[in-house]
Amino acid sequence: MKLKELESCLQQVDTFEEPKILLEQYPTSPHIAACMLYTIHTTFEDIEGKLVADLGCGCGVLSIGAAMLDAGLCVGFDVDHDALEIFRRNAEEFETSNVDLVQCDLCCLQGDAYGKKFDTVIMNPPFGTKHNQGMDMKFLRAALTMAKTAVYSLHKTSTREHIQKKAHDWGVKMEVIAELRYDLPASYKFHKKKSVDIQVDFLRFSIT
Amino acid sequence: MKLLTHNMLTSHVKGVTKGYPLLIKATEVKVNEVDFNPQFVSRMIPKLEWSALVQAADQLGHRQDLPGDLVPDYEKNEDFLKKVHRVLLEVEVLEGCLQCPESGREFPISRGIPNMLLNEDEV
Repeated sequence: MKLKELESCLQQVDTFEEPKILLEQYPTSPHIAACMLYTIHTTFEDIEGKLVADLGCGCGVLSIGAAMLDAGLCVGFDVDHDALEIFRRNAEEFETSNVDLVQCDLCCLQGDAYGKKFDTVIMNPPFGTKHNQGMDMKFLRAALTMAKTAVYSLHKTSTREHIQKKAHDWGVKMEVIAELRYDLPASYKFHKKKSVDIQVDFLRFSIT
Repeated sequence: MKLLTHNMLTSHVKGVTKGYPLLIKATEVKVNEVDFNPQFVSRMIPKLEWSALVQAADQLGHRQDLPGDLVPDYEKNEDFLKKVHRVLLEVEVLEGCLQCPESGREFPISRGIPNMLLNEDEV
């Protein structure tokens, strides 16, 4: 499947009907999702025939994309029932048979839960803004426990140094695959501008 | 919920030392067709708690002739891999619940999605 085809398909994925501010719910754009997945698949071969986890899967755009790229199975994890219901509907419409969904709180993951069970973890975690401070690092910690080979994630460029240091402390190698401009349209009432461009790093963590 | 996923789920209720494997009480089960990838199935087998998988398949009435122990040289045994494929990926629990073997706490499964969220007093 070509990048353009993938992006085109992902444009059909339904997103949040009423995004919850407290959970920092923003959809991952079909363009960014397609670029991420395509790179993971073609450059690193970490999707096809692999057991993939999508943390904070929301409405499932990354999972459905991974499924289209022939992941062996992609399991989406999210705390929000409403988002998972939309994901479930999406999977039904796309007739995606190689995904599964789990409702859980990644912050409550204990010790070695899912320890190295997944080949690859992909995610677009909350950036940890407003009331959600530190959430990005909690997601990263969980992801690194669950993955056997690699974790792919999006984080604000402004946090790059901090994450690099943490990665070093945790004994994992971090690579900046790309710098993206994440266009967040005004989806919440308090947003004054029509859209905001956030500098975002597409990172790869390899488990050594 | 597929059985490959179930094989990884644990109960983390406060005070529980071994919340695994979760017992499955299913009221609705479906079998889908999923593309067979023998390499994928073969690679998943070492990650599994085999007895938990057999027990789960049994509880759903979908064990068929899945053996209680792993057969040797399963990597090349396509027949065996097909059986494992069916149980891991094609059998799905749509409605029911998962029960913690130690605390008895039930985690509901609704429309194929298990809800593993704990209440405040269980964390």
